[in-house]
Amino acid sequence: MGSSGLLTSLIDGILIGVVYGLAAMGLTLIWGVMNVINLSHGTIIAFGMFGVYLIFTTLGLNPYLTLVLVAILGLLLGVAIYFIAIQRVIDAPHLSTLLATFAVNMILLGVGTAVFTTNFRNVDYALGNIQMGQITVLGTRLVAALAAVFVAGALYFFLYKTRPGKYIRAVANNRAAAELMGIPSTQILALSFGIGTMLAAIAGGLIATLFPFTILSGGVYELKSFVIGVLGGLGNPIGSLAGGLILGLLESIIPIVMPNTWVPILEFVLFIIILLIRPTGIFGAKE
Amino acid sequence: MKRTFIALFSLLILASLVLTACGPKTTPTPEPVATEAPSEEPVATEAPAEPAAVEKTVVVGFTASLTGKYEVSSTRQTNGLKLWMDQVNAAGGVKLADGTVITFESKFYDDESSTDRVQELYTKLATEDNADFLISPYSSGLTAAAAVIAEQYGKVMITTGAASDSVYKQGYTLVYQAYTPSSRYLTGAVDALANADPDAKKIAIVYENAKFSTGVVEAMKAYAESKGYEIVLFEGYDKDTTDFNPIINKVANAQPDAVMGGGHFQDGSAFAKQLYEKNIESIKFVALLVAPPEPTFAELGDAAVGVVGPSQWEPLAAYTPDFGPTSVEFEDAYKAAYGEEPSYHSAGGYVAGLILQKAIETAGSLDTDALIAALDAMDMTTFYGDIQFDTSEELHGLQIGHSMVYIQWQKDADGNLVKQVIWPLGGATAELIYPIR
Repeated sequence: MGSSGLLTSLIDGILIGVVYGLAAMGLTLIWGVMNVINLSHGTIIAFGMFGVYLIFTTLGLNPYLTLVLVAILGLLLGVAIYFIAIQRVIDAPHLSTLLATFAVNMILLGVGTAVFTTNFRNVDYALGNIQMGQITVLGTRLVAALAAVFVAGALYFFLYKTRPGKYIRAVANNRAAAELMGIPSTQILALSFGIGTMLAAIAGGLIATLFPFTILSGGVYELKSFVIGVLGGLGNPIGSLAGGLILGLLESIIPIVMPNTWVPILEFVLFIIILLIRPTGIFGAKE
Repeated sequence: MKRTFIALFSLLILASLVLTACGPKTTPTPEPVATEAPSEEPVATEAPAEPAAVEKTVVVGFTASLTGKYEVSSTRQTNGLKLWMDQVNAAGGVKLADGTVITFESKFYDDESSTDRVQELYTKLATEDNADFLISPYSSGLTAAAAVIAEQYGKVMITTGAASDSVYKQGYTLVYQAYTPSSRYLTGAVDALANADPDAKKIAIVYENAKFSTGVVEAMKAYAESKGYEIVLFEGYDKDTTDFNPIINKVANAQPDAVMGGGHFQDGSAFAKQLYEKNIESIKFVALLVAPPEPTFAELGDAAVGVVGPSQWEPLAAYTPDFGPTSVEFEDAYKAAYGEEPSYHSAGGYVAGLILQKAIETAGSLDTDALIAALDAMDMTTFYGDIQFDTSEELHGLQIGHSMVYIQWQKDADGNLVKQVIWPLGGATAELIYPIR
C-alpha cells in the first residue's frame, strides 16, 4: 500500500462519509425534535433514489436539478405522513409512534415493490474523473459530497438563523413552553417531519447517482443512519455529518488492513461501545 | 427516561435488522399441484402391413418448479425438454436395432422448488409411474436430491440446469450432466486471456461470499495458478455490498492485468460500473459471473463495454452440430412454440432430451447397461456445444465436453451495445476486445 493508495482511500471515505451523514441527518432531526424513530427512513431514501431515476430517465433532466423536485416532493410526503400517521400518536408511548412509522414503511415498501418490482435500476450519469497523479476522484462522488455539505449548511442556517428554524429548536427543547410562547407546535412538528423526509429523499437521490439500487436498497442506509446517529449524537443533525465522516473513513480504511467483510462487524462493535460508554454520542446531543 | 430510550433504541436496531432480513419474498403456493403432462401419447397401433415395426412408448419422468423461486428458469427448461419431445415424436420417434420404434411420453409433477417434494416425487416417478428415464429438476440443490433416487432405483438420469460438481463425486453410475460444472465457469476466461495476451500475468479475484461463486473462483484460482498466473488479490464481499470503492482501491494497489470473479446480478453489475469509473490503467480484461449474459447488463452503458461473462449457451454461438438441430433451427422452433426467446435454461432442457435420444440410438436398445455404455462413449457436438462425460470412478457423469460460452459486450457500428461470443474460438462471433480500453 503506497501513500497514494492510502490517500485515495481517505478521499473516498470522506466523500462518501458526508453523503452518509446527510442520509442520517433526517433521522436524527426527527428524533431530536419529536422523539420519533422514523422506521420509514430507509424506504424514503429509496423513494428519493427512484424519484431521481424516474425524472432523469423520463424527462432527461440533469440528476442534480431533479434533486430540487425530489426535495419538494420529499417535504410534501413527510408533511402528509405526519398528518396521516404521526400526529394522532405523537403524545402516545414510544411504541405507538414506532408502530405508526413501521406501518407507513410497510405501506410505502409495498407500493414501491408493486410499482417498481425489486429489479434494480441505475442512473446512467457520469461526470468523468479528476486525476491528480495516481489519485482518481470521481466527479459524481465529488459533486454528491459537495451537495451534501451544502444541504447540511443550509439546514444549519435554517435551524439557527431563520424564525421557523428557531421555532423547531424551541419545540425540540420544550414543546409545552414553546406552545406557551405562541409557537404553533403542530405545524412546526409537521414541518420538522417534512424536512426530515426531505433530507432522506435528497440523500437517496445523491446515492442514486453513485450506486445501482432497488426499492429495498434504503434499508442499508437506514442501518448506517442509526450508527451515525449514535456516533454523532441522536438529535444533533449537524453531528450527523461528523458521524457520517467517521463511518465513511472506517469503511474505506478498514479494508486496507483486513478483508472488507470485517467492516460491518467493526462498525456495530463501535456502535455498541458508544451506546455503552457515551450514549449521547461522541458529539453530545442537544438536549 | 434516557435509559428507556437507549433500551428502546437498541431493540429497534435489532428489529430493523430482522426486518431487513425479512424483505419481501416470493411465497410459494402451498397447494401441491400434481400436474400431469397432457398425454400426447400416440396409441400403440400395430401396423398390419409391417408386423416387425413394433411401437413402444418410453416414459421420461421429471419434476418442474411450476411454483416457488425457480419458477422462471425451470419453466424454460421444461419448455425446452417438451420441444425436443414433440419434435422427436413428430419425426416418427427413434428406431431401435430390432425394428422397434420408440416414442416418448413425459410424466411430470410440480416440485414447488422444494427438496422434500423432489425426493417424494422422484420416488413416485420411479416406482408408481414406472418412468424409464429421468431428467433432473432445475438447480443444483434439487438435482442433488433427485440423483439419489435415480441411483437407488437404477434409472438413468440426465441432469440439466444443475452446475454444481458435488453430485458427481458421490460415486453414482447412472447420472449424467448436461451443464458445464461450476468449477469450469471461469476457467475459460483464463484461457481467453492467455490466448489474447501471453504477457498478462497478474489476476485480481473479487467475488461474492456465496457457495456458488466461492466454488467457481476457488477452482478458477487453482487453474490460473497452474497456468502460471499470479493471484494478486483474492477478496470476498458480502452479498449486500453496494459501495465497492474500498475493494476497488485494493485492486488498484495490486495493479492486476485482469479482474475476475463476481457473484450474482446486482453486485456484479455494481462492481463492473464502479470498476470502470475508477479507470485503473493496468486492467485490460474483466470477466464476471452471471451478470454480463443478462440483457439488462447493457443499462450500465459504457461501463458494460468489454466486460466478459460466462453463459451455458447463447443463441449466437455458432457450433456446427453433428447431432440435432442448429442453433437457428432451435431458436426458431422455440420461438414458434412459446413466443419468446430461448434462454440457456431452455437450451439445457432441449439438450437433455437430445442426449437421451442419442444414447438410445447408439445403444440400439433400452437396456440400461447398453445405454450406460453409449453415454460413457458419447462424444458429440450439438447446437449447445460438445457433450462428453467423465468416465472415471471418482467423477462419473461429470460434463467434460461442454464448455461455457464467453460473451463480451461490444459496441456495434451504430454504437449500440451488443453481446458477442468471444470464446471458445470455435463458436466465436467476434474478436475479443483487448485491452478493454
